[in-house]
Amino acid sequence: MAHRPERLVANREFRLRLWVAVLGCFLICGLLTLRLVRLQVTDHQNFTTQSENNRIRITAAGALRGKIFDRNGVLLATNDPSFALELLPTKITDIDATLAELGELIELSPDEIARFRKLRKRLSRYSAIPLKFAMDEQELATIAANQTRLPGVRISNSSTRSYPQGSATAHVVGYTGKISAADLERIDSNAYRGFDQIGKVGIERSYEQQLHGEQGFNQVETDASGRTLRVIKTDAAIPGNDIYLTVDLQLQQAAVKALAGRAGSVVALQPATGEVLAMVSQPDYDPNLFVSGNASSAFGALSSNQKRPLFNRAVQGQYPPGSTVKPQLAMAGLEYGVITPSQQYFCPGYKQLSPNSRKYRDWKRGGHNHTNMRKAIAESCDVFFYELALSLGVDKIHDFLGLFGLGETTGLDIIGEKSGLLPSRGWKQAMYGEPWYRGETLNIGIGQGFMLTTPLQLAVATATIANRGERPKPRLARAFSDPISDERQLTLPEQMPPVVLRDSSHWQHTVQAMTDVLQSPSGSAHRISTNMPYTAAGKTGTSQVFGLDPDSEYGEVPAEERLRDHALFVAFAPIEKPEIAIAVVVEHGGSGGRIAAPIARTVMDAWLLGTAGTYQPSSNAGIRANANSTSASNNQGESPNLSAALGSEAHHAH
Amino acid sequence: MRIETYYSHLGKSPTVGALLLDRLRRMHIEPLLLALLLLVMAAGVVILYSASGGSDSLILRQAIRLAVAILAMIMVAQIRLRHLMAAAPAIYVIGLILLLLVLVVGDSGGGATRWLNLGFIRFQPAEIMKLGVPLMLAWLLSSERATPDMTKVVASLLLVLAPLALIFLQPDLGTAVLIGASGAFVLFFSGLKWRYIFGAAAAMAGALPLLWARMHSYQQQRVLTFLNPEADPLGSGYHIIQSKIAIGSGGLFGKGWLQGTQSQLDFLPERSTDFIFSVACEEFGLLGVLPLIALYLAIVLRGLYIAARCDDHFGRMLAAALSLTFFVYTAVNIGMVSGLMPVVGVPLPLISYGGTSMVTLLISFGMIMSIHTHKTQPLYGANL
Repeated sequence: MAHRPERLVANREFRLRLWVAVLGCFLICGLLTLRLVRLQVTDHQNFTTQSENNRIRITAAGALRGKIFDRNGVLLATNDPSFALELLPTKITDIDATLAELGELIELSPDEIARFRKLRKRLSRYSAIPLKFAMDEQELATIAANQTRLPGVRISNSSTRSYPQGSATAHVVGYTGKISAADLERIDSNAYRGFDQIGKVGIERSYEQQLHGEQGFNQVETDASGRTLRVIKTDAAIPGNDIYLTVDLQLQQAAVKALAGRAGSVVALQPATGEVLAMVSQPDYDPNLFVSGNASSAFGALSSNQKRPLFNRAVQGQYPPGSTVKPQLAMAGLEYGVITPSQQYFCPGYKQLSPNSRKYRDWKRGGHNHTNMRKAIAESCDVFFYELALSLGVDKIHDFLGLFGLGETTGLDIIGEKSGLLPSRGWKQAMYGEPWYRGETLNIGIGQGFMLTTPLQLAVATATIANRGERPKPRLARAFSDPISDERQLTLPEQMPPVVLRDSSHWQHTVQAMTDVLQSPSGSAHRISTNMPYTAAGKTGTSQVFGLDPDSEYGEVPAEERLRDHALFVAFAPIEKPEIAIAVVVEHGGSGGRIAAPIARTVMDAWLLGTAGTYQPSSNAGIRANANSTSASNNQGESPNLSAALGSEAHHAH
Repeated sequence: MRIETYYSHLGKSPTVGALLLDRLRRMHIEPLLLALLLLVMAAGVVILYSASGGSDSLILRQAIRLAVAILAMIMVAQIRLRHLMAAAPAIYVIGLILLLLVLVVGDSGGGATRWLNLGFIRFQPAEIMKLGVPLMLAWLLSSERATPDMTKVVASLLLVLAPLALIFLQPDLGTAVLIGASGAFVLFFSGLKWRYIFGAAAAMAGALPLLWARMHSYQQQRVLTFLNPEADPLGSGYHIIQSKIAIGSGGLFGKGWLQGTQSQLDFLPERSTDFIFSVACEEFGLLGVLPLIALYLAIVLRGLYIAARCDDHFGRMLAAALSLTFFVYTAVNIGMVSGLMPVVGVPLPLISYGGTSMVTLLISFGMIMSIHTHKTQPLYGANL
């Protein structure tokens, strides 16, 4: 035991140091106690006086939220002054009596009283508790006249968000709401002191940073019970930036009207820049409902509505694209050398993978006879694309359609966008652990089966054809504007990787065929070409909602509407210098050519034609006239033209 | 020996209390420490209820945090000392890597970059270092029975300074102070010669001007404010003036629960977090908070007693250093809200609202419990 003595020494040393530590703790505790005695006993009187005279408080005040305008400066979201009735419990001896008295003066619903009681339990006893929001002028006057009889009752003014265009722009602009626990997870709560609203969806959410602004601080003098007497000093809040959208309200309204209450979506883009000119999803909702005091009941009613009005079909609705992807499929055939522009397949009205096996039918019972690519697109021949898809194989289809942005989110600047689905062998193996079957390739050839796209994706894919390969990144925000300095900052158009073809004449063949969809007498959307003063190219689509029994008669309309096919149509116009690309989806609409195409025509007319119904290239006709001076100068950043346009229009709105 | 056997030797059957204590010890929970911690937490919930203006939801969230932290403590108490020792270097190295990551890819908030976002959770790696530094130093110095040799002392200093510098850069002065203190305590208990200790203290005093130059302007502002809060009563001196008014106006008996005008009328800033002790002083008075201070002191003394009873050098250094760090935590918070020290942003342990430090703190108590309950088989009547 040679270590024993040394260890004992070490133990004794350790004990000594522990005692030093204990002594230190007692000393410091003594020091802290002395300090508290000094403050709480010796100087108590002094501090009590200071506490009673403590009148100056610093409170945070929220900033005015930025406004949202359409591309021409029409107001889409703004702040309205609003007055709320508040009660200060510490100033009121009998709350129930006061409530009863108020109930005789103005109308108080049981809901309002219940909410008041709930808030009273939750909030600090010194805080003012709101009883009624959005007081009208008569109510304000009544309360003011009786103010002396009602101690502890006061009117507070604030501002509430309002959406002058109501439901027409609901799915673009979104709405704001009370800051929730979930919101607190993603924000810096210090930056939100004095605020109680935050953007929940749409532009309101994705540009929260721009719109929000910075809170100000007030030094206020209060009386002994905390009531504000006067404001001593104010560090003014910095209002949030205004946002100008790419959307054109008139076009948006035209699209809403064209849909005529049918469930579905219309998305219109400016092909060169990706600016979203209109984005409609029906059914919609009135975002003003979320602003009132009854936001939660409004939300409850809307979210349990079977028609799903809160669901933004334009970016979240995933539909089989049906025949609308046939132009891209034909281009894949040309690109991979599987077909030539003049190559024909024979269409007997159905396709069998082997004799006596299942018949994959064409929509036209007698068939299209000998069919080349141009005719196949114009008449939407299915058998041609069955043959083409079989020759290509699913993986090549997957790769080529991916170039147009299908199967991935487009990068639109609002959240919640869905990516659709572009199937491949690998995907199916990973998803279902099953190999790919040839029959499934046939379905993909007509945009059915596993394939899903959003209306926005279809619009982008169409714009890519309109641009002959340049794929735009769609966006909704066009410019931010500082409301104080009036400085404006434009967002810049972004391009995605372009589609580069081996032979650029393939674009011409495809556009030619898409022109035939409207111009050829047997084109599937021929009906909408009547009296069309501009050129246009398009493609119809009718996509199955559920798998029909292959031996039943194709084209039989299911009795129930919810089993009816979706009607789709994509188009762009004019052909040479495209100014609009559009995708229309009508849920359970039936035939694309009959239902969706006329909607697209109406919207394109609204954009391109003047009141006289004439078209002049890049001229002053149509809705686009207002926007035209701005769209031309888009790539050069801030131009005097744009400032003038934004500025003059903005002033109307204010 | 099982408790039933022990009592049967005495010719009696065990009482309910004795059975409970035995049960707790078998679960490696130290009953006295647990009782003291629970008392402080209970007092804390009462104070927090008032400080939050009577918010049930806030109390609920705090209660969940406390439950999670207690669970973590019990889990850590199950780990044997030698396993803890074996893990020490790994914990330290991981902590250091995460601190470096914070500087590169950290999340910012309120002018500081302290957080790492792992997608499902956002946390401060500095918290790991509150445990990592004392563990690592105790591990390094535990082989020395008398006094550590110079190489190890220099190595220890570097091991403390590296994370300290990284935390200082974030910047997080409060945590840096606490981690520095925990390292210094391990060195102190390792048997470092007194002359080095006094020498280091002198050197620190000399280094203060250098430290001042490296401080962020808001940190310097805090120190200036501390020296003369009345210079800017509505600016940066506001916090400390309002806090002193709250404490002073509380007097001997306090204004009563939920009756503090300073706290309830919003004069006192950050009253649920850093300044919660002022709320207690205002509402419960001097006679109300002295028992609270006594409870904190008792927790520290119990920790030091456990260190004294431990005959493993690693264990006793760790227990003593962690207990003293807890004391520093408490004393710094009380010192800063009462105007004895600059405001460095240290919450009142076990009471302030907030989750990050609560778990770390109770894990350190879990280690102390493990040190006490694992060292020997319990011998009834001999070792209470």
